[in-house]
Amino acid sequence: MTVDWSHFTPWTAAAGGMLIGLAAAALLLLNGRIAGISGIVGGLLRGPDRAWRAAFIAGLLLAPLVWRMVAELPAATVSASPALLVAAGLLVGFGSRLGSGCTSGHGVCGISRLSPRSLIATAAFMAAGFLVVYLLKHVWGLA
Amino acid sequence: MMILTAFGSGLLFGLGLLLAGMADPAKVQAFLDLAGAWDPSLMLVMGGGVAVSALAYARGRRQARTAFGAPLQLPQGRSIDRRLIAGSLLFGIGWGLAGICPGPALVLLAQGKALWFAGAMFAGMALFELLPARTS
Repeated sequence: MTVDWSHFTPWTAAAGGMLIGLAAAALLLLNGRIAGISGIVGGLLRGPDRAWRAAFIAGLLLAPLVWRMVAELPAATVSASPALLVAAGLLVGFGSRLGSGCTSGHGVCGISRLSPRSLIATAAFMAAGFLVVYLLKHVWGLA
Repeated sequence: MMILTAFGSGLLFGLGLLLAGMADPAKVQAFLDLAGAWDPSLMLVMGGGVAVSALAYARGRRQARTAFGAPLQLPQGRSIDRRLIAGSLLFGIGWGLAGICPGPALVLLAQGKALWFAGAMFAGMALFELLPARTS
């Protein structure tokens, strides 16, 4: 393992993480809800409680626009082909609903409350992510 | 009022994703690339997020209602079942393939990027709704 120090951004990463944590804290203590994106989006499909879910998602969608009023948007490089994006999107959408959460619901909120289910889920999706990127970059040479 | 706070939380969440670098798929894949030039930044995103929200959850444990009198709705499931494991593995595979998870998918969508991913993610979520309801 070689750490890529030139791309390591500890301060913005930690500060961004704390903003995410603050958003999760506000949603919990004001709305009584878990800030799990897959659950919030997935819940729009079945109702009830569509209003607050739509409001949260509207805020999320407006974030890049608000950011752009103050500063230039950070780089966002999408290297996957459209076919790979479709496959990945299907897996992320279906998998996160089947597993009751994603990086936010299990990875941040679940770990914050030491939920055994979330600890196991986070270990599982991180392990799968590490393995897939290893295959992509070092075996298949796709990225 | 709770619509407003949900909106504010979503906005803050999205700004956090942008600042943290989570909305850059290349950076996420560099974090997942343990065998290559590894960028550990995203460990600090999770660390920062957990550090702040753990305080809220510790406080939430002692109260049944929010400041607005709404019930605190925490997941009640305890069982570590096949759905949890299989779903998380599938999610992780997709996350690795594109470097995108659901929050960043929406932040990218709003920038007109990775539209195929967001469309497929919504389809995948809709597909889940067709499954028979959980029996346990």
